[in-house]
Formats: sequence, C-alpha cells, structure tokens
Amino acid sequence: MLDKQGIAKRIAKEIKDGYYVNLGIGIPTLVANYIPDDVDVILQSENGLLGMGPFPFEGEEDADTINAGKQTITKLAGSAIFDSAMSFGMIRAKKVNLTILGAMEVSENGDIANWKIPGKMVKGMGGAMDLVASAENIIVAMQHVNKAGESKLLPKCTLPLTGINCVKKIVTELAVLDVLPEGGFRLLERAPGVSVEEIKNATAGKLIIEGEIPEMVI
Amino acid sequence: MNKVVSGADEAIRDIEDGMTLMLGGFGMCGLPEKSILALVKKGVKDLTCISNNAGVDDFGIGLLLHQHQVKKMISSYVGENAEFERQLLSGELEVELIPQGTLATRCMAAGYGMPAIFTPAGIGTEVAEGKEVRNFNGKDYLMEMAFDADFAIVKAWKGDRLGNLVYRSTARNFNPVMAMAGKVTIAEVEELVEPGELDPDNIHTPGIYVHRIFQGENYEKRIEQRTVRKRDN
Repeated sequence: MLDKQGIAKRIAKEIKDGYYVNLGIGIPTLVANYIPDDVDVILQSENGLLGMGPFPFEGEEDADTINAGKQTITKLAGSAIFDSAMSFGMIRAKKVNLTILGAMEVSENGDIANWKIPGKMVKGMGGAMDLVASAENIIVAMQHVNKAGESKLLPKCTLPLTGINCVKKIVTELAVLDVLPEGGFRLLERAPGVSVEEIKNATAGKLIIEGEIPEMVI
Repeated sequence: MNKVVSGADEAIRDIEDGMTLMLGGFGMCGLPEKSILALVKKGVKDLTCISNNAGVDDFGIGLLLHQHQVKKMISSYVGENAEFERQLLSGELEVELIPQGTLATRCMAAGYGMPAIFTPAGIGTEVAEGKEVRNFNGKDYLMEMAFDADFAIVKAWKGDRLGNLVYRSTARNFNPVMAMAGKVTIAEVEELVEPGELDPDNIHTPGIYVHRIFQGENYEKRIEQRTVRKRDN
C-alpha cells in the first residue's frame, strides 16, 4: 500500500519531458518533488504563473508571488506572469498538457466530484470545473476508499459533479487504473504488497482485470 | 488629463448602497486594500461584490462582511472566512459560486464589449442549471453573460496620472480583466509616477480603462499561507 508520498511518486512517472502541468492542492502538489531531473516540465498555477518554483527560503517570501493555494512560492528562470483570463484561456485551449487533481468520487465513465458535500459548508469549485472541462489528460490522485471505508470508485457519483466524462487515469494507495472511454476502471498496476482481491473489494464501480496485473515500480 | 484623486475616500465617494462592485485580487494578493478600508469607513451597504474570494475575517472583503455591508458575493472560492460561513448559513448573505475561469472570462467579455461567452466549464453540473447550452464541433458549451458592474476597484504596483497600470508578479491575477470591465474603474497603486516613466511596451492596463487613480500608503500586503523551505547547508 502506498502513502501520500508514494502516490505522488507514482504519478510523477506519468509526466513527460516538455509537458506543461497544472497541479491541484493536496497530493498533486507533492508530485512536483518527484519529477526526475532529466524531465523538463513547466508548472502552471492558475492564478497566473507559468514556471512555478519551490517554496522560498525563509525570509525571502514575497506577498505578491503565490500559487493557486495562496502559498508563497518562487518563480523559476524563464517564468511568465499573466492575468486570470489568459490563465484559463490557455487551459481551455488545451495548451496545458496534464492536470493532476484530487477527488472525493470518480465514476466508471470518468465523472468527477470534488467540490461539494451536501449539508456541509461549500467553499466553492475554484478553478476545478474549468480544468476538468477542458483538460485532455486528467489524472486523479486520491485514496481508494473514504474515511467510512466506502469505495470512491463508483458506478455513478453520488456527490454533486465537478465535471463529466473527463478522468483518464486514477492513482490510489492501492492501484493505478485507466478509465475506459466505453466505461469501466481497467486495473493496470497493484501497489506493492496489495492483491487484486483487495483492489476488487475496494472498487464499487465496474473493474476490468485483464491477465496478470503487475506490481507497480516506483 | 489628470485622473489622480486625493485618496481612497475621494475615489469611492459616489459608491452607493445596492451597487455592484468588482474587486481585484486572488486571496490577499493584489487586493485593493485601501479602497476596501474606505468602503468600510463609508458604511455603504447592500453591495454585490464580484471577487474571486471573500477575504479572511479581519482583512479584505471580510471587513465589509463583518459590518454586514455585503448583500451578495459572486466568487469561485470562499473557504477562508468564518464570518462569511456564519452569514451564509443564517441566510443573511447570498452567494453565487462560479468557476474561476468563468469568473475571469465574464470580466474579460465586459472589457472587450462582448455580451456573452461560451465555456465548457460546468457542463453536466449544477452550474449549468437554467443556462443555455450550445454545441460546437460536437462539444457542449454553456453560455455565460458578461458582468455588469457599477465600479471595478483594482490594485496595481505602479500607475501614472493617465491611468496606465503595471502589476507586479502574481498580484496581477484578476486586476487587469476587472479594470477593463467596470463602468467606472478605480485603481490604487503602490507608486504613482509621471507619464513617460512607464514603458509603453510594458503597460498591462492602458489608461483608457481607468477613471480614477491614487497612491495608497503603507500597504500591508498580508500573506495568507506563508510556506518556506529550509536552506541546505
């Protein structure tokens, strides 16, 4: 079974040289720590920055330089600043190659719910609806089951949706799965020490298992 | 031509109860903090505020909320404010949550003189309820209307008395698109300079969009999430 860092490490392997990538808040943010040195990527922050760097050294924080999570960050050499309309323009126009974000639920047809729980204070969708509606390549980083032990990979989402037919791949503490265009979660890899049986038990939606499922290499 | 006013109080002098305001900034970053303080002092109420966020309890739009000056917030994310939550749950405050890109692009449309935009954001979700859907090249898009704001209030780094503006780093965010979108646009700047001091090739907001400008003093520029890394020895 993977911890959060492990999920981030596995997702980092999906990032290809030359990609522009948008990382959501939570586990996706950790992915930046595991991108190999020989893979050249540029991180987009939807508040208006390409070329996001690591957190600043203590004492070098700049109130004018933050990411979409409102954290102080740095700008790498070659970074570019732009306004919010252009930022979502480049997202809508599919210039951003990969979006990685968290989710509360994903359905077997690729619907995602990650912004609202009825009866709880709703904070808002931020940029998530724009990202999932336009991105061609969306990877979800999340736990396979919720705190109540219920599967988050479902036949149909129960929570209000963020977007439809959009998730392409899911990485959880148990597995890596594809979401097939015709519907269904196709099991690609097992986390170290996790059996296919355990993944079956944790997946409520249609799970497709073809042949021997390899253990993931991190 | 001289758009310079004496300060925030004069800049907001004719903002009245019930008006719709755009307020630039992303969280505390690039927030027109001096104008907000003047609005708090003036005590105008029943405002509709279009702003990406709703401030924190003791800063930004949170100060307006605290005095019950806001009737409605139009935002994409409002998670950082306990008083906001209390007013929302008690029904004192109305909130319309819209996708961040839709928010920015509805501002842009107003500034570009276009009545509406089409965006895929929100298709198949509750955001689409009651809105016109159009299919272009096999994909569904929502029609979203340009905003109609009485005033846009923005914060820039530098500006000249003709209203030309330059923003600094990610404090740019919503400010340029909102500056274009107000019937009247107020710009507060950290540094007011003479015409000619800003490079025409590097103006972010041309002065034609700006009606009033003033230099604010002692910007607090609060940091919402101070994140740092340790130096390796």
